[in-house]
Amino acid sequence: MATTVITPERENYLNQEYGIRSWLLTTDHKRIALLYLVSITFFFFIGGFFALLIRLELLTPAGDLVQADTYNKLFTMHGQVMIFFFLIPSIPAVLGNFLVPLMIGAKDLAFPRINLLSWYLYIIAGILMLHCIVTGGVDTGWTFYTPFSTAFSNTKVIEAGLSIFVAGFSSILTGLNFVVTIHRMRAPGMTWSRLPLFIWAHYATSIIQLLGTPVLAVTLVLVVFERAFHLGIFDPTRGGDPLLFQHLFWFYSHPAVYIMILPAMGVVAEIVPCFSRKRIFGYKAIALSSIAIAVFGFLVWAHHMFVAGISLYSALIFSALSYLVAVPSAIKVFNWTATMYKGSITFSTPMLYAFGFIGLFTMGGLTGLFLAALGIDVHVTDTYFVIAHFHYIMVGGAVMGYLGGMHFWWPKISGRMYPEWLGKFAALIVFLGFNLTFFPQFILGYMGMPRRYWQYPPEFQVLNVLSTAGSTILAVGYVLPMVYFLWSMRYGKLADDNPWGAAGLEWQTTSPPPTFNFDHEPEVTWEAYNYDQIPAPVEEVSVER
Amino acid sequence: MSDSPVAVEHHGLELRHHFATAEQQRDAASLGMWLFLGTEIMFFGGMFCAYLVYRLWYFNEFAAGSRSLNIWLGTINTIVLICSSLTVALGVRAAQMGKRTLLVILLVLTLIFGLAFLGIKGVEWYAKYKEHHIPGASFDASDLVRDYPQIHIDQSHEQIYFSLYFAMTGLHALHMIIGVGIFLYLLYHAAKGRYGPQYYTPIEMGGLYWHFVDVVWIYLFPLLYLIDRKPLG
Repeated sequence: MATTVITPERENYLNQEYGIRSWLLTTDHKRIALLYLVSITFFFFIGGFFALLIRLELLTPAGDLVQADTYNKLFTMHGQVMIFFFLIPSIPAVLGNFLVPLMIGAKDLAFPRINLLSWYLYIIAGILMLHCIVTGGVDTGWTFYTPFSTAFSNTKVIEAGLSIFVAGFSSILTGLNFVVTIHRMRAPGMTWSRLPLFIWAHYATSIIQLLGTPVLAVTLVLVVFERAFHLGIFDPTRGGDPLLFQHLFWFYSHPAVYIMILPAMGVVAEIVPCFSRKRIFGYKAIALSSIAIAVFGFLVWAHHMFVAGISLYSALIFSALSYLVAVPSAIKVFNWTATMYKGSITFSTPMLYAFGFIGLFTMGGLTGLFLAALGIDVHVTDTYFVIAHFHYIMVGGAVMGYLGGMHFWWPKISGRMYPEWLGKFAALIVFLGFNLTFFPQFILGYMGMPRRYWQYPPEFQVLNVLSTAGSTILAVGYVLPMVYFLWSMRYGKLADDNPWGAAGLEWQTTSPPPTFNFDHEPEVTWEAYNYDQIPAPVEEVSVER
Repeated sequence: MSDSPVAVEHHGLELRHHFATAEQQRDAASLGMWLFLGTEIMFFGGMFCAYLVYRLWYFNEFAAGSRSLNIWLGTINTIVLICSSLTVALGVRAAQMGKRTLLVILLVLTLIFGLAFLGIKGVEWYAKYKEHHIPGASFDASDLVRDYPQIHIDQSHEQIYFSLYFAMTGLHALHMIIGVGIFLYLLYHAAKGRYGPQYYTPIEMGGLYWHFVDVVWIYLFPLLYLIDRKPLG
């Protein structure tokens, strides 16, 4: 099956129908994934634009490029756009949408129309956010902390709040669709212990989306009501409690970190065994550690509030619980490393991203332990140490995973190969640029440079210049894949059905897959990651155009 | 499966192309609805959490605010809503048995009960508007301070009670309005005879949603109306 001859005319989901209507009204999960791909890429570059402006302002100690008010808006919009419009939908809505049905042998997600609805909700939220940005923006920080957001800020808090409220429902619907699909739509023989770890990661992610996002939604509703009608629920001058807002906000927003990182972990768990030519080490441990991260993730939110005035005893308990998250995270890292041990490793582009992920995620995770420790956290709260830590997780982890996954499955998505040498080059650029941007921020934070200020004492300049220089390199690394992916759609080599010799049902159908994914309903009779039974790919099997 | 999946799409009783069997489709819809209700619990849960905190802090104001609500209208509304849940449950049964006329009657009754609830709720809200108990610039709880001289009432804390009252009953009413929309849709298709023993999933799912909204009220009623009704000593 994997060796069928490729003819360019073969019908697939991309060429079955043409025209704008066939895309905007599609219920095919693969086409919706591409709609998401285009829209989140758009927002990624908007958020990146704000990031570059922030770094440019911080090139010099004086506040010269923008003034304080504008700077406040820049980091707020950077955070809101990147978190709610790029990171949270990134892997689930693009790769998850495309791959969940393919990997479990289904024809589509359980609710195709709800899937399309989720994209439209995302677009409505995105238009609201764009309107908010061009008409003045918000300056509350992405966290909307009260009472500043409800009583003092004179920027567009209500509009931004509503936008994220709507985006939240888009996220809930995606998660709901995945859970039902994974429970009810698996092909015969695809048992829970044969599911790819990508699916396990998305299952855990979806649980967080289902349980966490509604709480954020109702919190934003209360903020909007409070601001519009002056209720006093979060206003201390009228008996309200700003800490209640922080509890409700972080109850979602801490687990949201795992919405961003878990799918990336799922991607790495697919890439590592494929390019090590080995069955994954510790399948069950990795699968269950995803669930454990989802569960523990809900028990640690108040570690964002150690200096906010919560009691010492609750701070102690939340500090101790926060350490728990390190256990399943370390289980994953050790198992990926053990998978590579004595494997026959190919340093292809997706694998380079997977290496990058493992290294950077480990650094981000370990510095997370510093922050979970009550004493150190009090010292470095609201400094660049925190900024560096969560960028190592979100950019070094989630974005690396996303790019690795895009390279790994691009042949399946587009039916074309990207230029391998350019891919490797871009992966290297991203890795170098990332470290140059964010490693100096650890030092800056430890020296005491606070976050969210538009100017700083001159002794911090050298490290800030390094960071700004790194951000421009990183930007090049992000633009490159977009350019050669677009190039490859027309000029790339035609991809084989299974160019990597990978396990998994998605590689058994054609590249790109037909609209209903499989010509015959697959029946699974083998265990996951059976790399001992799959021959490694031979070079140059694809047909030249 | 079939060689041409497109052909399967329109044959069979409402079986969509990507499901293998009608049973799988029903199971998927049911699980999806239950998960959605789970998210709804978390959604209301945020408000219940805020309610809990402030009720513990400002019990006097919560008790006074609760006494100012019309307990008779609240009780009648509770009964109305329970009756509507009964008609919905009977409606699902009627659909399963294929009794089309009975189904239509029961759906109409449900809609009447639902609209009656919203009407009574509107009367209660209007009374609060008259009493200046709606949070905002014109909020004034001096009548409660006057009525209950035995207990200390802070007006801004009283406003928090009414903020939560309006936020919670308002979101509940919004869910009721959405429910009315769903049942109008179901009524239209039931009248056309779309539902029967072979295919009644939409009635069942709409019913689940309606029961959920009913259950939320079953919690809201005691939490908002019955905080402390014993005579003040």
